[in-house]
Order: sequence, then C-alpha cells, then structure tokens
Amino acid sequence: MYTIEKGFEKVNLEFVESGQIMTIKLKGDLDHHSADESRVLIDEKIKDEKYNKIVIDLKNLDFIDSSGIGFVIGRYKVIRKRNGVIEIVNASKKVRKILDMSGIGKIINIK
Amino acid sequence: MQNNYVFIKIPSYSTNESFARAAVAAFCSSLNPTIEEISDIKTAVSEAVTNAIIHGYEDEVGDIEIQCRIKGQMVEIIIEDFGCGIVNVEKAKEPLFTTKPELERSGMGFAVMETFMDELIVLSEKDVGTKVIMRKTINSRK
Repeated sequence: MYTIEKGFEKVNLEFVESGQIMTIKLKGDLDHHSADESRVLIDEKIKDEKYNKIVIDLKNLDFIDSSGIGFVIGRYKVIRKRNGVIEIVNASKKVRKILDMSGIGKIINIK
Repeated sequence: MQNNYVFIKIPSYSTNESFARAAVAAFCSSLNPTIEEISDIKTAVSEAVTNAIIHGYEDEVGDIEIQCRIKGQMVEIIIEDFGCGIVNVEKAKEPLFTTKPELERSGMGFAVMETFMDELIVLSEKDVGTKVIMRKTINSRK
C-alpha cells in the first residue's frame, strides 16, 4: 500500500499482481495534485512488459475530476503501446458520472 | 440562510485544490444539497482551481480568490486568478482542447464546469487574469 499525502489531500494506491494482470486499487481523491505522484508510482510498477492488462479498481475512490480522467487516459496510452488493455471496475455513482461524461468508455472498458 | 457569503484567498499550490472544494462544499451545506449536488459543486470548483494553478500561473505562485454567495436556493461561486489570462476563451471551452497535452490534461475542465453547474461565465484578459463565475440552484432534499 502506497500513500501519497501532502497537505490536505490523500490518495492510497494498492497494487495486486496476478500473472500478467496488475490491479491498482485507488482510494481517496484523484485530482491534479494526487495524479502527479500516482503517475510516477504506477508507471514504475507497470513498466515490466509482462503486464498486458491493468485493472483500475475505483471502489474506494471518493473523488475524481478531469485531471483524474487525464491520468487514466495516460495509463491507457502506456499499456496500449504494448498491445495491452485497461479496465475500470467498481466506480461509484458519483465517479461514474464524470467517467460517462468524459466518453472514456469508448476506449476503456468500464465494468 | 439568506444572502450568506464567504471569501477565501489561497496561494496557487496544488495541495490547496482539495481544501478549496471541501471549503466550498461545506459552505453550500446550509442549503441541504443532495450528495450528487455537492459532488457536482466539488468537481466544478476543483476544475476551476486547477485551471488557475496550471494555466493561470503555470510555474509561478499567485493568489486565487474564491467568493461564494448564497442567494435564496442559488449558490454563486466566483473563482479568480491574476495570472496570464486566456487569449481565446471560446476555444478553451471546447471539449478536449488543451494547451498542455504533455501534462496529460484531458481538456475537459470547462466542459465539466458547464455540465455540473447550471451556468458558467468565463471572463479573461491576457496578462490580467481569469474570472470564472458558476451558478447552481440547489433543490434541497425533502
């Protein structure tokens, strides 16, 4: 479990590896501030090209804005370069609202 | 609560994004908003403050002023920076438009504000700053 905490904000990252699948569990708020450091940690974790599927579990994510959407699209670009896929699971109703509005579901499977 | 207001001034540190949206949400709570309404307001505020930090001041630190005013059941939120301003506001409001794709910006900030609030007005002048005015009527929970 990785915790990024600066000032008022906190996001937790938990990585669960299962063969070629890396599940990333996000907890807390994903905005411009927290996305910057989450990006570094996640890209370091998934740099091993054996991972061809990234599952982003948003069950415990309280908040996301368009910076968070940009962050997810950024990881999609990373994994697409190796012909991998990204899946988003367990988004709450309020998180789902901005995911749907962004149209991200056209390129990333949302379950 | 009639004609209540609050004024907040913060430096453009990204760590203040969460404080700003939480503070505005707390102020609006007197209108007894639904969870969805408060979530919409927090998201819109986060977008406006992030824009001020990333685009208004870029690599510098400046002041961001946040004014919230309750008028009956309507909340008006004004978020203002005194940074570089936006040359073409209409272009900036287009969904997916971004001047900073290298920073993984989605270009959706203004689209989110427009969607999640009832009204959005963006006033900007180059090298003077940007003022974002958002309004939303709260349909109090029964």
